[in-house]
Amino acid sequence: MAKDGIGASVLRKEDRRFTTGQGTYTDDVNRPGQLHAVFVRSPHAHATIKSVDLTAARAMPGVVAIHTGEELAEGGINNLICGWGITSKDGTPMKMGPYPPLAIGKVRFVGQPVLAVVAESRGQAEDAAHAVEVDYDILPSVTRLADALNPDAPAVHHFEADGAVWEHGQPPKNLIFDWELGDAKATDQAFAKAKHVVKIDVVNNRTVPSAMEARAVVAEYASAGEHFTLWNTTQNPHLLRVVLSAFINVAPEHKLRIIAPDVGGGFGSKIFTYSEEVVCLWSAKATGRPVKWASSRSEAFLTDAHGRDHITTAEMAFDENHKMLGLKVDTIANLGAYMSLFASLIPTYLYGPLLSGQYAIPAIHCNVRAVYTNTVPVDAVRGAGRPEATYVLERLIETAARELGVDRAELRRKNFVRTFPYQTPVLWQYDSGDYDGLLDSVLAKADWNGFPARKAESAKRGKLRGIGLSCYIEACGVAPSSAVGGALGCGVGMWEMAEIKVNPVGTVEVFVGTLGHGQGHETTYAQIAADRFGIPIDSISVIEGDTDKVQQGMGSYGSRTAGNGTSAVSKALDKVEAKAKKIAAHLLEASEDDIKIEDGNFVIAGTDKKLTLTEVALAAYAFHKLPTDIEPGLDEKAYFDPVNLTYPAGAFVCEVEVDPATGTTEIVNFTAVDDFGNVINPMIVEGQVHGGVIHGIGQALLEEVVYDPDSGQLMTGSYNDYCMPRADNLPTNFELAFQVTPSPSNPLGVKGCGEAGAIGAPPAIINAITDAIGTNDLQMPATAEKVWRALQGVSAKNAA
Amino acid sequence: MTTVAMTVNGKAVSVDSEDRALLVEVLREKLNLTGTHVGCDTSQCGACVVLVDGVAVKSCTMLAAQADGSTVETIESLAKNGELHPMQVAFNENHGLQCGFCTPGMIMTAVDMVRRRGKTLDDTTIRHELEGNICRCTGYVNIVKAIKAGAARM
Repeated sequence: MAKDGIGASVLRKEDRRFTTGQGTYTDDVNRPGQLHAVFVRSPHAHATIKSVDLTAARAMPGVVAIHTGEELAEGGINNLICGWGITSKDGTPMKMGPYPPLAIGKVRFVGQPVLAVVAESRGQAEDAAHAVEVDYDILPSVTRLADALNPDAPAVHHFEADGAVWEHGQPPKNLIFDWELGDAKATDQAFAKAKHVVKIDVVNNRTVPSAMEARAVVAEYASAGEHFTLWNTTQNPHLLRVVLSAFINVAPEHKLRIIAPDVGGGFGSKIFTYSEEVVCLWSAKATGRPVKWASSRSEAFLTDAHGRDHITTAEMAFDENHKMLGLKVDTIANLGAYMSLFASLIPTYLYGPLLSGQYAIPAIHCNVRAVYTNTVPVDAVRGAGRPEATYVLERLIETAARELGVDRAELRRKNFVRTFPYQTPVLWQYDSGDYDGLLDSVLAKADWNGFPARKAESAKRGKLRGIGLSCYIEACGVAPSSAVGGALGCGVGMWEMAEIKVNPVGTVEVFVGTLGHGQGHETTYAQIAADRFGIPIDSISVIEGDTDKVQQGMGSYGSRTAGNGTSAVSKALDKVEAKAKKIAAHLLEASEDDIKIEDGNFVIAGTDKKLTLTEVALAAYAFHKLPTDIEPGLDEKAYFDPVNLTYPAGAFVCEVEVDPATGTTEIVNFTAVDDFGNVINPMIVEGQVHGGVIHGIGQALLEEVVYDPDSGQLMTGSYNDYCMPRADNLPTNFELAFQVTPSPSNPLGVKGCGEAGAIGAPPAIINAITDAIGTNDLQMPATAEKVWRALQGVSAKNAA
Repeated sequence: MTTVAMTVNGKAVSVDSEDRALLVEVLREKLNLTGTHVGCDTSQCGACVVLVDGVAVKSCTMLAAQADGSTVETIESLAKNGELHPMQVAFNENHGLQCGFCTPGMIMTAVDMVRRRGKTLDDTTIRHELEGNICRCTGYVNIVKAIKAGAARM
């Protein structure tokens, strides 16, 4: 193995530019003659636009253009789309409310773009935006998920007007789809023979993604070639290009270059197509000048797709031996005012199929009703559906252990899946895992058995100590394209592409269609190539994020890079290696089968005859000595379409101390043992777990999007009001470990790690707090106030 | 318009800017020092931290005009002759960054932290001192490690 190869904690190649301030994020890109766009946004949650007066704004200094929804529609620009079609259980398609890039006639959430003002400077555009007069007729709004299906709730969209005919009568007006997964009859039968049934109601709190770099766009149009260039904070430039061209019709695909420069985090929010990209491209052509828009943080709160927001009732049936018989889950999911690009996927195929967790549950039925509300569209945020499923299941099991009076770890162990592949009753087939091993390891590392002594010690200091467990399953890289993607409603393929170019001097360029936005792709991919050829990573460059350089790609989200991206790279390396060996064999006058790669050389096995990669590459391009059955050049492209998803798993133990006087929770110990299959760079993977777990701590203890139910205003619209985790929210002790069961579904046996922490942490934390305070009546975020109130409830109950 | 005269990263500069321009806007837009980032609009995230007359300042919270006559140091000033500052090295060696967006502010805050609190910093002190800097990627674990290691080497 090369010292920089697979399995080594290689320091990151990309760090130098970031630590010296030389990173180039989209807002750092400035083009000659650039104009600035500022969006006039809806101040109301729901309103009819009565009139717009642009007279004063147009006369403001520096104003070049003001774009309207009508102007775009007349220019042939289509609505934003949702790319995953979901069918309700009665066979009707999901109801998509039209989502124009700039509002036409009506606004449906606070922050919805209504007009775009384009001026010489951002300041001038802002001043002119203030001078725009929009007269609204305010309508009643519905922002709370719990209210959306009430018969008297205002309708966010009016589908009746479309003349749609519903076979089974008119569904509730804000219902987008009513979807089910699993066998309802088998599940009912399982419950009928159950000895014990345990039931919980849980709320999965709405959060914002909050990448530290807010979204930004620079759009440029060259009239000579009718060619567009878009610099954009995107996690998936190629997919964005398809959507902008084929669906939204703002630029032809072959004349639209999308460049994602350094992208400052995403957590899902930069997967989707947003109004601002469309409008800036439109404006660049209309004005003939480059147009920039950079989101403020306030705009990010109002426009980046939010996450989670579920209300769920779940029941589990057990037999007399505490074996699980069945699981019933009924969920309502808030998708906001319009359907974002993958909104429909998150509470369906990224949620229901995860409900089996690490357990052999014979029958599962899941029903999900997705609804519209007058809120920001909801889509994927780190974990996307999987945290919601894990939270339901792991709280339910912890509750069951308490109600049945059995050990929580043993209840889980009794029901673990142990043979692989394992076909769940909810679509997914697990490829590999060792759930006993994970649980054993985490219990030992967390000193689970020593907890009573620590609890007693805390009690002496007046603190309530609790311990919680969570065993999660992940599903990464939705695949294969046909059997899963296409069959379940996905509008695109789910493969990945890579191209390996060995230059004539023997340096290597790796082009790949994923898009790193903090995950260290430049280092990880380079390690794979270094490993293959035995060359230092400094002689390898990794190129992502430019549709002119990387031919195709599907981007990075859903922890798909590990399984799909590295596999595409691996496959392309196979092709390059085969060709290089053929060339070496010819030059060394040996058989191809006898050529081995050793320490960066192509060697005739068992001899000292060898060639360096540089010598082979030079021969491939100089092409003086090679026969005609070999083509010149040494570069190869490969697509990888996985045979299955990958299924990382893990076990987390969280230990908390609650101050009963204030309700404040401190996470004193957090222990995570994860199985991500083979690990390419342990340092980077540990970093992903750290980030994911703290993200989970944020959701469990601090973060919640709140709308005022009367006005529909976003109350948590800044970091002053929305509580992000900070350095002092870290667990006091934080221990990580890996266990390895390689995935059989891809060449490197990897599984993906980016979301695991955010998936497994919230239930572990809440299970610990409810253990400490002696009541299960607690919803996230477990703020000091909520915990204190829950404790008062316990005291009152004890007093009665 | 206001003319602001400052010494930025050791160089005397004079910039014409709008009266309302913030220091971060002048650094980024007029002086092309794009290493200083804007992560919020409420002085919470700390991505824009620079040193003004040797003291850490959120440059989104200060008008450029207020910096007239001051000495300003940004992330671009830390490496000398191609050699990284010990804090920059420590962030790399401890994997103290992922997307890199908050990193310049974190490093400038750390440099200021060492100036005020000395080279021996414990975890509790560092965590508390970072209350004005938000990172979504790293979970802070390795940022705390990096600052501890970098401080010891300064």
